[in-house]
Amino acid sequence: MTWLRQGGIGAFIIRRLLLGVLVLVLVSILVFAATQALGDPARAILGRDATPASLAALRAELDLDQSVLGQYLSWAGGLLNGDLGNSLAAQQPVTELLGSRLVNSSVLVLCAAVISIPLSIAIGSWAALRREKAFDTVSSSAMLALAALPEFVVAVLLVMLFATTVLQVLPAISPISPGQRPWDVPEGLVLPTATLVLAVAPYVARIMRASMVEVLESDYVEMARLKGLPERTVLIRHALPNAIGPVFQVIAINLAYLAGGVVVIEYVFNYSGIGSALQDAVVNHDIPVVQALAMLIAGVYVLLNLLADVATILVTPRLRTRL
Amino acid sequence: MPAAVSVRNLQIETTSGVPVVMDVSFQIAPGEVLGVVGESGSGKTTVGLALLGHARRGLRIAGGEVLVGDQDILMLDVEHLRRLRGSTVSYVPQDPASSLNPALRIGIQLREVLQAHAGGGGRDHDERIAETMREVALSDDPTYLRRYPHELSGGQQQRVGLAMAFANRPRLIVLDEPTTGLDVTTQATVLSTVRELAAAHNVAALYVSHDLAVVAALARRVAVMYAGRVVEFGFAEELFESSAHPYTQRLVGAIPRLTGGRSLLGIPGHAPSPGRRPPGCAFAPRCTMHIPECDAQIPPLSPVGPEHSARCIRAVEVMPQTQARAGDPVDVAPAAGSAVLTLENVVARYGKVEVLHSINLQLEHHECLAVVGESGSGKTTTARSIAGLHRDWTGSIRLGDKELETSARSRSTESRRQIQYIFQNPYGSLNPRKTVGETVGQPLAVFGIAKGREADHRVGLMLEQVSLSAAYARRYPDQLSGGERQRVAIARALISSPSILVCDEVTSALDVSVQAAIVELLGQLQRDLGLSMVFVTHNLPLVRSIAQKVVVLSEGSIVEYGETAQVLADPQQPYTQQLIAHTPSLETATAEARVGEQRRPVIER
Amino acid sequence: MSQTGQALAEGVGTPTPPVRSSTLVTRAFRLWRTRIGALFVLILVVVAIVGPYVAPHTASEFVAIPNSPPGGDAGVLGTDYLGQDVLSRFLYGGRGILVMAAVSTAIGLVLGVAIGLVAAYTRNALDDVLMRAMDVIMAFPQIMLALVAVSLVGAQTWVIIVAIAVTTAPRVARVARGAAQPVVERDFVAATESMGLSRVRILTGELLPNILGPMMVEASLRLTYSIGVIAALAFLGLSPDPNGANWGTMIQQNQIALATQPWGALTPIIAIALLTMGTGLFGDGIARTAAGIDRERGDE
Repeated sequence: MTWLRQGGIGAFIIRRLLLGVLVLVLVSILVFAATQALGDPARAILGRDATPASLAALRAELDLDQSVLGQYLSWAGGLLNGDLGNSLAAQQPVTELLGSRLVNSSVLVLCAAVISIPLSIAIGSWAALRREKAFDTVSSSAMLALAALPEFVVAVLLVMLFATTVLQVLPAISPISPGQRPWDVPEGLVLPTATLVLAVAPYVARIMRASMVEVLESDYVEMARLKGLPERTVLIRHALPNAIGPVFQVIAINLAYLAGGVVVIEYVFNYSGIGSALQDAVVNHDIPVVQALAMLIAGVYVLLNLLADVATILVTPRLRTRL
Repeated sequence: MPAAVSVRNLQIETTSGVPVVMDVSFQIAPGEVLGVVGESGSGKTTVGLALLGHARRGLRIAGGEVLVGDQDILMLDVEHLRRLRGSTVSYVPQDPASSLNPALRIGIQLREVLQAHAGGGGRDHDERIAETMREVALSDDPTYLRRYPHELSGGQQQRVGLAMAFANRPRLIVLDEPTTGLDVTTQATVLSTVRELAAAHNVAALYVSHDLAVVAALARRVAVMYAGRVVEFGFAEELFESSAHPYTQRLVGAIPRLTGGRSLLGIPGHAPSPGRRPPGCAFAPRCTMHIPECDAQIPPLSPVGPEHSARCIRAVEVMPQTQARAGDPVDVAPAAGSAVLTLENVVARYGKVEVLHSINLQLEHHECLAVVGESGSGKTTTARSIAGLHRDWTGSIRLGDKELETSARSRSTESRRQIQYIFQNPYGSLNPRKTVGETVGQPLAVFGIAKGREADHRVGLMLEQVSLSAAYARRYPDQLSGGERQRVAIARALISSPSILVCDEVTSALDVSVQAAIVELLGQLQRDLGLSMVFVTHNLPLVRSIAQKVVVLSEGSIVEYGETAQVLADPQQPYTQQLIAHTPSLETATAEARVGEQRRPVIER
Repeated sequence: MSQTGQALAEGVGTPTPPVRSSTLVTRAFRLWRTRIGALFVLILVVVAIVGPYVAPHTASEFVAIPNSPPGGDAGVLGTDYLGQDVLSRFLYGGRGILVMAAVSTAIGLVLGVAIGLVAAYTRNALDDVLMRAMDVIMAFPQIMLALVAVSLVGAQTWVIIVAIAVTTAPRVARVARGAAQPVVERDFVAATESMGLSRVRILTGELLPNILGPMMVEASLRLTYSIGVIAALAFLGLSPDPNGANWGTMIQQNQIALATQPWGALTPIIAIALLTMGTGLFGDGIARTAAGIDRERGDE
């Protein structure tokens, strides 16, 4: 195993992957324990008036008569095989149930990411360059306000502005019917995407600004200017690559957040994605679905963090040789 | 011969109008090195940067002229100024590690300065880069250029900085303390490189430094700055041997020497910061030759000899006074008997690497032992192992006849009390959230010596003993200067009446005059309190002023060990000899300057 | 600036501003943003706490026709979807959110700081283990974990508080650890170790006071998010009293009538917006003051 301790990006990635796997395993234990240990699932599903017979039958069906460890292993084994179990509410395999919803949510998150990331990097950099001037003051205050507001407030405000009270140009509720794809009805995507962009952009913009300010004040940027390099070279070659490192982590955290945090947005816009699937499942005590979604979201988080770590290493040569 | 650069009445202020640098004028001939000497807050770095038309954030160049050739660069627009920098006027910064972009290969950073200013194509640039690398004694192999800055040592990084500065054959180079933080040997190499390059390409150089010995070795003429003004100006040897300004004289007196008088004389108090400068002479409050007329107005810079001027109304009286070194400190005869601290076969590690290979030392009662070495020699590791701050060591460390555990936490309270440690960085060794009184009094509480009013009383006494008034107890560290903080650290170490004081480079982060005062204080305390001291330093001449014995370390092993006077006067080992030879000293520098060097023609006014 | 350069700045006697908490807050109040933030928070806290005592009607009293605009019988702000007085429900609706947010954030802070400090100081295997455990919890957005907990156990007050506290703690721990790590490296901590000071004393007496600045910023940030999550839970129908007056629930219930009677949803929206922006501004004011102080002290 000593080769794992040696240098090189390859070994680093593998170490990180193993660490990620470890986290996922721990998460699975946590998820399993939380759902199984918090009260009897059978009772939760059938309610207080359930007869002992029906409870016993349900338990047998759900394999609850096995030992806890046995239940965990069969569930985890199923996960690895792609079998996520059956939804209790919908009586269909979880994978079928979530398939289209996953696509919907991915489209939404992707649109939000594609718009918000370049936008916030640009805003943050420009604010840093024009520090303490008009653009900076205005944008920083706006970012601060947006970051503080809960997303559902932003969502409802947007609905008020564009759909119901002030203007009526966009649909208040997602007009996508089941079977349709999000891109078939693009105007249904506008407000949800806008909300997500407004939810995520402030954080990335703020960290970009802070990082850029620090880099612009660094000794090596001062030195680049004292060497008489053109300002464009100073910014693009010297400042930007060093400023972007910390931003990757924040982007990863925010995108990972979007995976599970869209619950509220999807509720507001009645958007058929995994967020609302989670909410439905939770309300219906549909445990297999809850478990599957929890693992999915955790998996996204681990993966995004890994990508962010690798990206940071690539941009910071100093860390590469230390590996 | 026309001057390469001519500065007249340079005035630099903060953006809110507080003057920082005032009334600075000088000229440098092509090929000449002008030294600008001063302690922190004197404004020397600010003057250096102004020669590139640059002022740091919060400052602006308010007035005066800086003529390079016959162009006043302060009048240039942004684009012309940009073209000037890196081609006509270059800058070598103080800390190469932070001024090289950590994310770019050094080859790119070298090439871009040529791409921005020099004509010609890629191949011409390749040739010039190779040539410059050879000139700074680095490999001209293209693969070397693919390294990142963190893959080079401090000395190599600094030489890359020199290469970048000389690449476009500028007319003027501003060097801002480029050898701070470098080992003595590396420093010597860098200095000789600077000297050679300046002479070879007929470049005028401004060398900013706080280290007089270094400046004396390199510069022909020197300007001494204090509180934003030039207080003395003249040829190096005249300036240092017969100073005309009390500050210069005291500064020279504070420098540790390898030969001659041993005691150091610090300057009490500290320089006034911008905005707090007195109406008259800025040095007056600290000056032993102060008379009431000094406070009336700022003395003008008046000539006191050919090409020698000073800003003091009593300059004529100052000059003949040779800075008499106060009498040699009394050698305390070590008490006969067993040693107070013994190290036997101490081997220390950092992780898997062995950094100390079998150290054997003895510290006698009432003795001061200096541990000298360059960085990486293991001197700090030795000190930390003695104090139990470094745990990964084997062998035997005995306090008297008691074996000590490896970590401080496992030692008995008594052992911990007996050995006290003082750290190098005065800015990190005091808890910013505790008052001076709380910090100094903490050992009393931890060792159960005293509490309540008794403790406060002791704290007051201790503060007096380190020449701080008892009123300091209520202050916080950020209200204190570096020297004052170090005194607080000393007070904290001594309040529990230890028998051994371990001082780890305690003066390396301080100005020369402050360093002298602290060393004075430590010597005096050692005598008064009968302490034994382990004094770690890289500054060889300093050792003479405080230690009776010295041990020289190199790469984890003892190279030489003996009486200070003996080792420094007649070193036996080649490493020690080399160390002494490379240490810049005021005497050898001024002697060299007098003998043999051809004087350059006088610059026309 | 290089370390040597910084060290050589023999702080020529200028009393640089100290970073003690009392002074930090006082100085922060010189910024307009801190003042405005504190004002917003104060106003809304007063409304939330005093509200129920000055409300003209009870929270569930039928007052007039549902969704009537303001005026006449319907009261100053009109009626909601059940005919209840919007103003009264609004005055009743803040307390629950605020109390739950404050308590859960406080618990999360204490836990998080403790874990973060221990992790930063031990620097060994314990640090790794703790941070992995924190990672596991942080893999989920706060609202998601709260959602799952609430739907499994029920939307009771203690469940919400525990869920928020448990999700707040790891985030605080990460920040606390990050803030404490540079402090642990500093010599004054080594000085206390050489004295043999107990580890607990070092954590509480040496480390904790030196991270108060970042912790205050983090505290206001966490409070902002806690309020957001609790309000969102209420919005989703998951509050201890689903029919009781609650700003979050009100927004959801009155969403339908946005076109004709916006006040039912708008008033609580404004309240939540002002409250969260207030805590955000306050925290930002403290952060800027601390950064400004650091910059001043770092200069020559």
